This record gives sequence, C-alpha cells and structure tokens, in this order.
Amino acid sequence: MTNVTVTADHSRGGAHPGRLGNFLFGGSAWIFAILVLVLLLAVMVSLVIGAWPAFHQFGIAFVWTEAWNPVKDHYGAMAPLYGTLVTAVIAMGVGVPVSLGIAIFLTELCPNSLKRPISTAVELLAAVPSIIYGMWGLFVLAPLMQKYFEPALIATLGNVPFLGDLFQGPPYGIGLFTAGLILSAMVLPYMVSIMRDVFETVPPQFRESAYGLGATTWEVVRSVVLPYSRVGVIGAFMLALGRALGETMAVTFVVGNSYHIMKSFLAPGATIASSLANEFAEADGLQLSALLALGFLLFVLTFTVIGVARLMLLRLQRKYG
Amino acid sequence: MSCTVVRTLRQAAFGTLAILAMSSSAHALDVTGAGSTFVNPVLQKWAEAYKAKTGVAINYQSVGSGAGIKQIEGGTVDFGATDKALEAAELAANDLVQFPTIVGGIVPIVNLPGIKSGDIKLDGATLGGIFLGTIKSWNDPALVKDNPGVNLPNLPITTVHRSDGSGTTYNFAYYLGSVNADWQSKVGAATAVDWPNGVGGKGNEGVSALVQQTVGSIGYVEIAYATQNKLTYTKMRNADGYFVEPSLATFQAAAANADWATAPFYRLVLASQPGKDSWPITAATFILVHAKQADAAKAKAMLGFFDWSLNNGQKMAEDLIYVPLPDKLVKQIEATWAANVKTSDGKPVLP
Repeated sequence: MTNVTVTADHSRGGAHPGRLGNFLFGGSAWIFAILVLVLLLAVMVSLVIGAWPAFHQFGIAFVWTEAWNPVKDHYGAMAPLYGTLVTAVIAMGVGVPVSLGIAIFLTELCPNSLKRPISTAVELLAAVPSIIYGMWGLFVLAPLMQKYFEPALIATLGNVPFLGDLFQGPPYGIGLFTAGLILSAMVLPYMVSIMRDVFETVPPQFRESAYGLGATTWEVVRSVVLPYSRVGVIGAFMLALGRALGETMAVTFVVGNSYHIMKSFLAPGATIASSLANEFAEADGLQLSALLALGFLLFVLTFTVIGVARLMLLRLQRKYG
Repeated sequence: MSCTVVRTLRQAAFGTLAILAMSSSAHALDVTGAGSTFVNPVLQKWAEAYKAKTGVAINYQSVGSGAGIKQIEGGTVDFGATDKALEAAELAANDLVQFPTIVGGIVPIVNLPGIKSGDIKLDGATLGGIFLGTIKSWNDPALVKDNPGVNLPNLPITTVHRSDGSGTTYNFAYYLGSVNADWQSKVGAATAVDWPNGVGGKGNEGVSALVQQTVGSIGYVEIAYATQNKLTYTKMRNADGYFVEPSLATFQAAAANADWATAPFYRLVLASQPGKDSWPITAATFILVHAKQADAAKAKAMLGFFDWSLNNGQKMAEDLIYVPLPDKLVKQIEATWAANVKTSDGKPVLP
C-alpha cells in the first residue's frame, strides 16, 4: 500500500514532501487549530478583567439583582437575563414547530418543481441583515401587533387563569413577545436548512421499506426519519438557540428596552445583547464594567446551552447505540 | 542601455519621492475628530465647505459622546465632541481645553387624536410628572389647567424614551431635574437613566416611530428630526413663565441669554435659561482639544477650521436647524484659544 503511494508520487513528478515539509504543514495546522482556543480564552479573560470592577462591587448578587441605574451607578443583570431567556424561549417555541414542518414538507411531501424555489426562499431569509429585520419589525410588524394581534391575545389568552398573566397590559406593539417573533423568523432558515440536509441523509431503502410495510407519511417521519436524524435535528435547535440568545440589532429595535421585569410577555423588556448595543458607546466607569459583566454572563449562558446540548446528544447516542 | 536604465530609475525615484512628499503633507493636514452624533450633520457640512476652501480634510466619526471623550483622552484623535461638558477636574487631568460649538433644541412630541403641533402647552414640572408616571392620563388636572379650550382625551399616557445612551437624553433628563424636584431625587441625569416607565426606542428614528404608532404617547427628539418628519410637537413654559414654540428664534434667545461669560470652562447646561422668548430645553455640544499641541501645523489647521466655522458657518447651521453661537461668545472662545491652546514651544496656536 505504502509502496503504491510512493510510486504514484514519483510518477506525478512531484518531490516527496520530506520530513521538513511534513513538520511545517503539521505544525501550522496545529497552530491554526490552537489559535481558535487561544482567541476564545483571550475573549474570556478580557471579559473577566473588564467585568471585574462590577463583580467586585456587587458580588455574585449582580446576577439576580433587578436594577439598572447609570445615575446612581447601581447595576444588576436580572432584567436583561430574564429578557434574553424569554425572547429565546418564545423564538424557539414558534420557530421549532414551523421549521420542522417546512423541513418535513421539503423532504417528504414537496413536488420536485417546488423544492428549489422554497429552499432558495428559506436560504434567502438567512441572508437578510438583522438590522432589516429590526426596521421591518419596528415599522411593519409592531403596528400590526399593536392594532390586531395583541388586543386579540389579551382578549382571549389574557383571561385564562395563570397563563393569562403573561398576556396582559396595554398593547405596545413592541416588547418581549414581538422580539421573540422576530427572532423566530431569523433562526428559522438555520434550522430548516440543517434539518433538510440531515433528513436527506436518511437512506432511501429505510423509507422505501417503511412505505412498503404500509406506513403513512407521518409514520415514516416519526418512526424512521426523525429517529435516524435526531442528533442532527437537536444540533440544529441548539445552533438556532445560540443565535437567538445573542441576536442584537433586530431585538434592540423591537424589545422595548425597559430594565424592569414585568409579568406580561407583551410588556417591554431588555436582553443582554440589546443592553450592550444601546449603552456601550456612551458608557464609562462602572457602567462599562457592568455591561462587560453582562457580556460575560451571555458567554457563560451560551456555553451552558452548548454544553447541555452535547450532554443530551451523548446520552441519546448511548441509549440508542 | 545602462544609461537609460539609470535615468528611468532616477525618474522613478523622484516620482516616488514626490508622491511621498505630497502624501505626507496631505497627511499632516488631515485633522481627525470623534464623538457626539448630535453635532455630526453640521460638522460634516462645515468640513465639506472648509475642505473646498482650504484643502484641509476634517475626518469626523460620529461614534457617540462617551466614545469621543475616550478617544481624545487616549490621544487617538485630534479633537473630541461631547454633548455633556466635562468637569474642571477631568479637563485638568487630561490637559484638555473645552469650548462650545453649536446649540440645538430638544422638543417633546406627542400623538393625540385631533391635536396639531403647538396645540398643547406643557409645564416643565408636569412633563416631569408624566415621565415619572405620577401623571398617568391626558385629562389629568395638571394638563387641563395649562390647556384651557383644548379637548384633552381620557387616554392613558405612554412615555417613549431613547434606549441608546445619548446626549439628548442627558440634556432632557437634566432639564426635567431642573424643574421637577422628584425627578432630580429619584432619577437624575445621565446619557442613560433608570426610566420609571414607558418604552425605549433606538435613536431619534426609534423614538419617533414609536410615538407615531402609539396613540396617547409622548417622547422627545431633536428639533431637526421633528420638523423633517412633521411630528406633532408641544409648546413649553420657560423659566420666565411664558409658553413658547420651538423655533430657531426661541433657541437663539436661550443661547443668547445664557451666562457664558461666568461659566467655568463653558460648563453650562442650557436648560431653563432666562428670557421671555427662551426655549427651555436647549443643549450645546462641546469640542475638546489638547492644551499642548505637538504638531503646530495641524493644530493651526484644526483651530482654523473651528474659527472659520464659528464665524462663517452660521447659515449652514441654521439650514439644519442648529443655533449658531452668538458673536460675543465666539470672541470669548477665540480668547480662550489664545490663552490656553499652545504649541510645544509655548506660543498660542492662533492667531
């Protein structure tokens, strides 16, 4: 085997890379790979250094304090943390079923002539800059939400016990709920294209056999396609969740930017990314440090999400072999 | 053969030298600045006109006042621009000289059915109460008292504020603090404050969009933004008790009546200035330069730009609805330069 390779090399007329060449190539590949880790570590370290004055001043209570007062220099991360999680949950709650539906339609049901236009349209959604989503959300979606959708929500869901608390108050048009909807539109293309690709990796024999046994499309999707591709599907969700947690510009325009936690999803709120986008340019001293501390928390949050996803995948793989 | 090669080489060398000399002289007169977004439109216009006249390029980045202060303190730009004047200690610590360039106005904008610009008269304390959330409805007695004959609806008030850190917010909040003691003690003034209620929009465009979409809302924007977008503004009661409309004339009155002569380092917030025609919520933008200028030619170009703009740029400023500084104040600023901005050998940069 080795002989064959060497002969092939000589027959092509190329010089053998030799020890030095191998060493150089291997070494530079190593350096590039390690560079990523070093960069990640450097970001982490500089965030910690920048955030230190805020953590020193407020202690660990910074994480669950609900306060944001640049005049009195008193800061806490609770409101932005809450907003970040709520908008991401709403985005996933709306985005996951819709993107699953689109991906299943594209791979299982869609006539061939429609496949390409729909796939392209979904991929184009991913190419729209986030500021455009923000502007569209503020100028188009928010008035519609305010006039029609939110009053309807308040009149219906608002009366349900417990759940109703989340859908009350005046319809501002902007707020956590609208931000979540915009986010769901933004993460949709990522989920759809990954899921479509992993669904297509299911060997056709599996599908054919299931159909041959008399399974319906739904049964094929549930019992053959999804179990086969579950790792990829969960990966798609996590990638989308990571993006929803960190999305900045679009959310800043429609989230309402209030640092007070209110029960209602329709009320204005703030996310970590929107707080940074809003205040970074004008901040100094403790305020800047508190903003960097927020950035650090987002870092930790995203890490945790990815970590938990990895763990889940590992357990799934072990369970199903 | 070799002769031509040498000649070509020599020509090439001369050409390169000439290009180098040209680029370095152009580079020396490239003045850079950073800071306030509020002053950006007029500064760009001045810079364009000044370049056409003198060839000196002024590169200004509107990155926000806070960033502008950081950059001039760090020495990465030749001048900084800020909406919030620095205090004496901070100026001294960084060896900076501060002077005002332009005055602008901030106006409350409202969205009420059937109400046109200037229909509603607001008192400063009432405006403070609205933004504090103690005045919750448009037919509150405090509003009815100042607006006899106006049909004020029974609508809840939604307040809209700037979500991004902004000199506009600082000046607006400072004004509210100067007329409403509760605001002063509970909220105070900064480029971003702890708003007791309401929603935040990003930038002037965010605030105006939210006000236009929400019936019963009130917000604040720079006057140029309100007039360009035909937003519904209100009248305000000034320090002397008169209700005035926002206009160039009332801003000018406020700028002219301000007591610049005795304000240390021009550190003056133009809220609630005296005079029966003065608009109460006006604000100045300040320029920061180093007191010691290492590069004399560049320093001369920079101060020359501001000198030319303050003396010749009034029309351009007024077209953009900024208020140019009164002549008396410009003379005072020129005296400040002569006394405080020096080259490395201790001579004043201007004249």
